[in-house]
Amino acid sequence: MTPHSLRARTAVVGLGETTYYKRGQSPHAEFKLALEAIVNACADANIHPREIDGFASFSNDRSDPSQLAAALGCRELRFANMQWGGGGGGGSAAIGNAAAAIACGMAECVVVFRALAQGQYGRFGQGAETDTVSGNLAHTVPYGLLSPAHMFVMKYRRFMHEHGVQQAALRAIALASYAHAQTNPRAVMYGRPLDADAYDASRWIVEPWHLYDCCLENDGAAALVLVSAERARDFPHPSCYVLAAAAGSQYRAGAPVHNTPDYATSSFKTLAPRLYDMARLGPADIDVLQSYENFTGGVLMSIVEHGFCKPHEVNDFFVLDNLLAPDGQLPLNTSGGNLAECYMHGLGLNLEAVRQIRQTSTAQVPRAEVSMVISGPMVTPVSSCIFGGEATL
Amino acid sequence: MNASYLHPGLPAPAPTDLDRAYWDGLRGERLLIQRCMRCARFQWGPEWICHRCLNFDLDYVEVEPRGTIYSHQRVWHPVHPALKAQGPYVIVLVELRHADNVRLVGNLVGDPQQELVIGAEVSGVFEHHKSAEPAYTLLHWRYGH
Repeated sequence: MTPHSLRARTAVVGLGETTYYKRGQSPHAEFKLALEAIVNACADANIHPREIDGFASFSNDRSDPSQLAAALGCRELRFANMQWGGGGGGGSAAIGNAAAAIACGMAECVVVFRALAQGQYGRFGQGAETDTVSGNLAHTVPYGLLSPAHMFVMKYRRFMHEHGVQQAALRAIALASYAHAQTNPRAVMYGRPLDADAYDASRWIVEPWHLYDCCLENDGAAALVLVSAERARDFPHPSCYVLAAAAGSQYRAGAPVHNTPDYATSSFKTLAPRLYDMARLGPADIDVLQSYENFTGGVLMSIVEHGFCKPHEVNDFFVLDNLLAPDGQLPLNTSGGNLAECYMHGLGLNLEAVRQIRQTSTAQVPRAEVSMVISGPMVTPVSSCIFGGEATL
Repeated sequence: MNASYLHPGLPAPAPTDLDRAYWDGLRGERLLIQRCMRCARFQWGPEWICHRCLNFDLDYVEVEPRGTIYSHQRVWHPVHPALKAQGPYVIVLVELRHADNVRLVGNLVGDPQQELVIGAEVSGVFEHHKSAEPAYTLLHWRYGH
């Protein structure tokens, strides 16, 4: 272990979530959802919530750590952390921030959480309804470039053009998520299977993305409890170690008005090598992958940029059988993910990655030992993390 | 105002100190792009500093409104009330190779279901919103130079 590595310094010992609701249909306030997920995660870890001494979240989560600590009776708050920017790209970064705090002795028991009640607050997928816009938005919004789909599809269209990607590659990603959701009773799309004909017949949101290429929007909350690796074996579930976490983006990823020099990217090209270096693993070692689907095109680019296939191989790689648990080449989004389980701003993917290490997924990959999460393609900063079981130490 | 490409009702651009010269230029049918007064390189969108040489002295310089389509999208699902009856529309990202490859976002005028071709040459079309308060002009694109 290099002195500055996070490899296996910490472990996830508790998972908690609420019921997942359709967007705007939560009967509870957002803050209450956060509390419920955290209480559930502590119960899963068999600890009292008062043991929590840190909170980490992302995308400007509205549930304030001091208020959470007060509500939960936490003895002392030692770490209150927000990953800046990037929306769902902050999910695995929040895991990394929590792990870093514990590894450095800043805190001992950190909760990573995300809570959303879009009925109480605003929606993601709708355009601004103001009379004027200024700054960078003034150069996009008056042209009808309004939603996240519009922001990101321009990157994907360029990637598709450069590498000859066919629509069937995107369809395979959507079908895999829906297939896995059919074994997951927690999934919003449980009992609502999708087939190729229904995908093809679905309406365009923005070409080349159909309805089923776009994530859900949901209400709910999810949480993970992290402690040091030394303490992890005292907890009830098989240990799930954080082998690596990395966040960031390439040179001038944040250049204004679509002027990033390397444009047709999911923003992981510089991050993925750092991630694998920390884990001392490579793409061939990954048993199962959860890859954030804001839109399927971002999943495709993320998987290429993490080295699972070459850009010119995507039409052969992205076929349904390759992406299905239990025995596909790269089982993908085994809970149903953001397309078919729930859109908890991607944090549900991290919970599912831990379940795979615990061998408790509803679409379990047999003997999964290394489990990866890719968070938030095409935004900046993005992040990824790798979890491993005892055999990876 | 002449018929606009998109139905009226989307938010109008409100210039700031950083990009007022650009918006004023469009009203006079001139495309002005930000350029560093020291290294003489173009950059877009507007920034407070030259990202290459870190000089704060930036100017706006006229460039010919022509370019090539770098990427595109045809939008079908309306996400703003003003667009409920719009039907499909096309947004293009246009690269200006004669201005250090800066890229501009605009609409591609013409049949919204026309073929969209990356690499195709396009020319600027100034769309004046003269009855807006305050008036403003958008820069769209059409095929051909």
